Amino acid sequence: MNAISRRSALALGAFTFAFRIPAPGEAAAQTAATPEVNAWVVVKPDDTVIIRIARSEMGQGTLTGLAQMVAEELECDWSKVTTEYPTPGQNLARGRIWGNMSTGGSRGIRESQEYVRKGGAAARIMLVQAAAAAWGVPAAECSAANSVITHRASGRTTSYGAVALAAGRLTPPAAADVPLKPPSAWKLIGQPVARLDTAPKLNGSQIYGMDLKLPGMLNAAIHACPVFGGTVTAVDSTAALRMPGVKRVLRVGDNAVAVVADTWWRAQKALEAVNITWNLGEHANASSAGFAEVMRAGLDAPQAAVGNRQGDAAAAIAAAPRRVEAVYGYPHQNHACMEVMNATAIWTPERCEVWTPTQNGEAAHAAAAEAAGLPPARCEVHKLHLGGGFGRRGAVHDWVRQVVDIAKQMPGTPIKMLWTREEDMLQGRFHPVTMAKMTAGLDAQGQVTGLHMRISGQSILAGIFPQNIRDGRDPVVFQGLNNAGGEADIGYGFPALLVDHAMRNPHVPPGFWRGVNLNQNAFYLECFMDELAHAAGKDPLEFRRALMANHPKHLGVLNAVAERAGWGTPAAPVGGQAVHRGLCVTHGFGAYVAACAEVSVSNAGELKIHRIIAATDCGFAVNPQQIAAQVEGSFVYGLTAALYGECTVKDGRIEQTNFDTYPMMKMDTMPKVETIIAPTGGFWGGVGEPTIAVAAPAVLNAIFAATGKRIRQLPLRDADLRHA
Amino acid sequence: MIDVTINGQATRVDAAPDMPLLWALRDVLNLTGTKYGCGIAQCGACTVHVDGQPARACQTALSDVAGKRVTTIEGLHPAGAHPLQQAWIAHQVPQCGYCQSGQIMSAAALLRDTPRPTDAQIDEAMAGHICRCGTYQRIRAAIHHAAQG
Repeated sequence: MNAISRRSALALGAFTFAFRIPAPGEAAAQTAATPEVNAWVVVKPDDTVIIRIARSEMGQGTLTGLAQMVAEELECDWSKVTTEYPTPGQNLARGRIWGNMSTGGSRGIRESQEYVRKGGAAARIMLVQAAAAAWGVPAAECSAANSVITHRASGRTTSYGAVALAAGRLTPPAAADVPLKPPSAWKLIGQPVARLDTAPKLNGSQIYGMDLKLPGMLNAAIHACPVFGGTVTAVDSTAALRMPGVKRVLRVGDNAVAVVADTWWRAQKALEAVNITWNLGEHANASSAGFAEVMRAGLDAPQAAVGNRQGDAAAAIAAAPRRVEAVYGYPHQNHACMEVMNATAIWTPERCEVWTPTQNGEAAHAAAAEAAGLPPARCEVHKLHLGGGFGRRGAVHDWVRQVVDIAKQMPGTPIKMLWTREEDMLQGRFHPVTMAKMTAGLDAQGQVTGLHMRISGQSILAGIFPQNIRDGRDPVVFQGLNNAGGEADIGYGFPALLVDHAMRNPHVPPGFWRGVNLNQNAFYLECFMDELAHAAGKDPLEFRRALMANHPKHLGVLNAVAERAGWGTPAAPVGGQAVHRGLCVTHGFGAYVAACAEVSVSNAGELKIHRIIAATDCGFAVNPQQIAAQVEGSFVYGLTAALYGECTVKDGRIEQTNFDTYPMMKMDTMPKVETIIAPTGGFWGGVGEPTIAVAAPAVLNAIFAATGKRIRQLPLRDADLRHA
Repeated sequence: MIDVTINGQATRVDAAPDMPLLWALRDVLNLTGTKYGCGIAQCGACTVHVDGQPARACQTALSDVAGKRVTTIEGLHPAGAHPLQQAWIAHQVPQCGYCQSGQIMSAAALLRDTPRPTDAQIDEAMAGHICRCGTYQRIRAAIHHAAQG
């Protein structure tokens, strides 16, 4: 194997390769020039602090937030902080010292906050100990601030960089002996500091997965059977092999064909000239309409898994003088990351290395090892920057398996595989498709007597982690609808409640899609709450408040948006059009979120979303300006889904193949978003996803206020909003 | 062989005339700041300047730029300190950052021709750009910021 940029081999045990090629921003080996104090902290002699980040940065700001938390306890000079990724192979070799690398479910900050802060604190303790030992004084007489250690009695000082090598040789303190600052003492956590990763994104120098170039690398284009479950039966590559630059035409797995060429463009042109015969398999006639029938039957099926049962909802509804019922539906959607799926791999019989943008380096590593037919210790994954993730690059690493399969057929040659946008649209892992039948009883005073929410449709876990399904029950289906005490609880105390799910899985594979099941659950519940309020002749805000006495944090964010919007007073017209408001509140990924949307709809049915007021209570707010960025962006992602997002199936395959048939919200239609960050402390909630779920219901409830029309099936673009 | 001036450098590109400029930049010239997003001029991620005008590199054949001046994000400013690049930092615009090369190139062409754009002019100039992270509000603020210089 040719050696490319060989690294010095130490510190990482036996885990070194003949052809280790670091990815940009990746952890380097321990040397005197880069002394590791502990797993989280490296301090160079010039006092540059390198903070190791195990989670993936895909735009959500986690990298900066995690660095802030380490630096808070480290007491280092923030202006000298940089970051790097440890690799999944290093994590494996060191007993998962960096913990879970999975970056989804809005868990980057909230699920690593304690151990990364302890990592920073432990490093500080070791640096102080090293300085004290050099001076021959007790460590307790020394203090640290801004990367400088001071012996208070003598006034002597030294810098972190001067003692880092010695500190790294000390025995780390036990985690139990590492106290953390109380929140009242935080100086960096809670500050709206600038992101650490901005500059290279503005001048073309940031290397995304797609931008990697290795010496001797060839490029691969790939096409898999557009019908999930189909296979390749024959490949005629005669014409393709005659085209310039083409090296090989390869079968990949049992369902795909790849062309390897000198440039990707030539590979793709040749791929279009390959004649592939498919066996489309058992789903060749599947359609969205057919699946809707299956789901509709599930709405009344006798068998369903219970998610939340309080009292006897059926009896309470049956006994009520009024019954309100509505059926809602949410379609399949593609993540549509701006950067399409891609990876680079090099395989030999001894080892395999993969470079890829991934939300979960460890899952990518496992997929690579399995596809390589090698033990994980002989494989490595280098995480590259992601051009968007949104859940597509987390749980399932189908594209990693493909690139390794290609590389395996060309041992020793680095192969970069890149999908087309069309391939990315067809081979998605889609937002689950579901319907819901909402039924409630109202008494003579317009109070809810009981509510039954029957969800019918696709389970993400059944498609990805079927081992987590127990007795037909997927617990993740009930996000935002659980009873109190979890990370995604319903915000209302109904006298009786039943939430259940009739699982109906189509052949289109599901994925965790930013916001996950909270998206449809908040849409179903919060639009139906609006329906109930109107059926009861009550104000939607007051109707909700009356049920929220035992849910003060839900109520807190709802009140915050209502107050800022001036709920109860008419909105000022815009361009002669009356402006109407709609509300939504939910809890997911550990955070409480609410929105108030202001819209106008002309008599001809033209919708304008003027302003959104959004509130977030994520407990502790690490970087408020980045939380605001997530909230702002969540309305673009969530409203794109609400307005346009639908992937339909015909003849077993997805019909939408690019942005011309799968449109996106752009600058001219994005409403003004005003963010209220209202952290109440005492808990850690996520911010990357929860707000997605309140976007659609808030706007749809405002549309009802404007038009009297209920939209119960997304996307909205199919709806007729003309009104008198 | 096609002769093009790329970021001020006279360049002889050894590639087929029908190769899209996007792939010539990325795979032949190693200028990877220009991004592939859709391949059909629907997302704006590949926006460059051809003789000063914004163009979608995915729909521009290499032969179309023979003898012309092409500017990519790498050549917008020698030190990466164009007023827009500075404003993008001041407003903390990028999230994943993937679309920002194209966004900045379109915004740069707008400001050159319209130094004080209105919201409507910004909407029109930026209408072809998709940002899945949803940074539009900060992009708008950053363009106004740069315009007020």
